[in-house]
Amino acid sequence: MSIAVYFSSLSFLKLLKNMPGGVAQGLIWGLMALGVYITFRLLDVADLTVDGSFTTGGACTVMLILAGWPAWAALLVAVIAGVAAGFCTGMLHTKLGIPAILAGILTQFSLYSINLHIMGMAANKAVSVDKYDLVLSSRTVPSAILTGFIIALALVSFFYWYFGTEQGSALRATGSNPSMSRAQGIDVNAMKVLGLSISNGIVALSGGLMAQYQGFADINMGRGAIVIGLAAVIIGEVVGRALLGKHLNFYGTLSFTVIGGILYYAVVVVVLWLKLNSNDLKLFTAIIVAVFLSVPYLRDQSKSSFARLKKKGGSTNA
Amino acid sequence: MLKLEHLYKTFNPGTINEKIALSDLSLHLKPGDFVTVIGGNGAGKSTMLNAIAGVWAVDKGRIILDGEDITALPEHKRAKLIGRVFQDPMMGTAPNMQLEENLALALRRGQRRGLSWGVTKAEREIYRERLKSLNLGLEDRMTVKVGLLSGGQRQALTLLMAALQKPKLLLLDEHTAALDPSTAAKVLELSDKIVQENQLTAMMITHNMSDAIRHGNRLIMMNEGSIILDISGEEKKKLTKQMLMEKFAQVAGAQVDSDQVLLSK
Ligand SMILES: Nc1ncnc2c1ncn2[C@@H]1O[C@H](COP(=O)(O)OP(=O)(O)OP(=O)(O)O)[C@@H](O)[C@H]1O
Ligand SMILES: [Mg+2]
Repeated sequence: MSIAVYFSSLSFLKLLKNMPGGVAQGLIWGLMALGVYITFRLLDVADLTVDGSFTTGGACTVMLILAGWPAWAALLVAVIAGVAAGFCTGMLHTKLGIPAILAGILTQFSLYSINLHIMGMAANKAVSVDKYDLVLSSRTVPSAILTGFIIALALVSFFYWYFGTEQGSALRATGSNPSMSRAQGIDVNAMKVLGLSISNGIVALSGGLMAQYQGFADINMGRGAIVIGLAAVIIGEVVGRALLGKHLNFYGTLSFTVIGGILYYAVVVVVLWLKLNSNDLKLFTAIIVAVFLSVPYLRDQSKSSFARLKKKGGSTNA
Repeated sequence: MLKLEHLYKTFNPGTINEKIALSDLSLHLKPGDFVTVIGGNGAGKSTMLNAIAGVWAVDKGRIILDGEDITALPEHKRAKLIGRVFQDPMMGTAPNMQLEENLALALRRGQRRGLSWGVTKAEREIYRERLKSLNLGLEDRMTVKVGLLSGGQRQALTLLMAALQKPKLLLLDEHTAALDPSTAAKVLELSDKIVQENQLTAMMITHNMSDAIRHGNRLIMMNEGSIILDISGEEKKKLTKQMLMEKFAQVAGAQVDSDQVLLSK
């Protein structure tokens, strides 16, 4: 296939047509990224539970809706299930002394079995918007975007308030400096468990939304969620700082985390539109995350590094 | 105010790295006592302060603070009674949080942290006043992230935080050691002021003999996990570096050669 043929096969209209759906899905991933932001940025823990709890949220939601529950009640149970998953990771970490990363991996691993149980040992469960009253669906993208937007607004506002309270401040202090926190009378372990629980509650909520949007829950729907969440957090930070600079307050940071999810998914839509192999998406995502995570480190290095001294060679600067 | 009764602590017991860090340590502080603590490297000074603060549990003995037996309380529960400033300026503050947020965390030490605002308008005024008294210009930088402050500024802030919610006991572990001489002198002066104004009971570890003599009303010297010298009152006022060296030679006997170097810095 020649390049000319390739380009003529790309229809810009098609990109425009796919973009709204991308925005809707990006919004849902952006909500999940809020959960990742809490652990990764505020608590300073890379929590791998999310790959499992995202699916748990989807599985609970679909199964309960199929059992006749209203969608909102199903989502509520999904949140509780996510909180429980985060609580487990927190307990493994704080009570049994397992490193946080490993604790997350263990919970995630066990959730695979649990999620299968929830879905009645099926790897995939469909919930049709024709038969059930769903909160949002890919069938009606504009209203899905509106719903996602309202939920995002509510969550961002909620977290803005919560992390400004005494308890929320204690949680942030725990991530910022645990020894200082203990010296100030903060129960660091309790805060970690609390943070992990809240985070996974949000992740499960977005899993429940995603399952409704796509019309099914899948045992693998959460695979790589942590990386997508990190990508959204990082893209959001970079773009937020570029646009707002010093004016980027906490509300802005949270908002841009959600926007980061949307931008991430917009890139995905473009990649698919370019007819690149969608199996390479994970590779692209991992590279994006690795590049952005390394930027602060490399920036520091370029200011003060041995390599720089070496380049200068015989400079008098000691 | 503080009673340490026969404290023992051994690190890594039963291993090749076994280290007896506290050995039958007893001490009794009266309210308002300001004790300076000296001793060679590894004498157990920090270990004593960590035992009081509850960083880990002691092996044996009792710790009684203000009439309350705190031996079995975890670190965060003792915090309501104890203010601390560490040697490392990075350790006493939360770098990602604003100056006023750090102070607000300290103001709530020992209280339940609920869902009311983390920093209120009324307390901002208190912080501004207190920060002004430091003469570091920090009162105009209350919303700056603490990570952007210098080491000396952070130690001053940590001191302020330690005394914000009046503690029963203030623990200072070489809190000026990481600062340049003039900043160290300022922070030390500030420590004196804070202890006096709030009439705090305090313990201060230092490697500087002159500082140890000049500050406080009592001086103790540690060696191999216990107190080998305890001087207070008039005797302390008349103390000189020379006398301290001689006393140390008397008590510690043969070890004086190795430790002299460390003490006379
Ligand atoms: N957490 C720990 N684990 C193992 N050993 C420790 C620990 N803390 C202290 N020690 C050991 O206990 C002994 C006393 O240490 P400590 O820190 O109390 O000395 P110090 O008097 O404060 O000395 P310095 O003047 O060097 O600060 C040392 O031999 C030290 O190596
Ligand atoms: Mg020490």
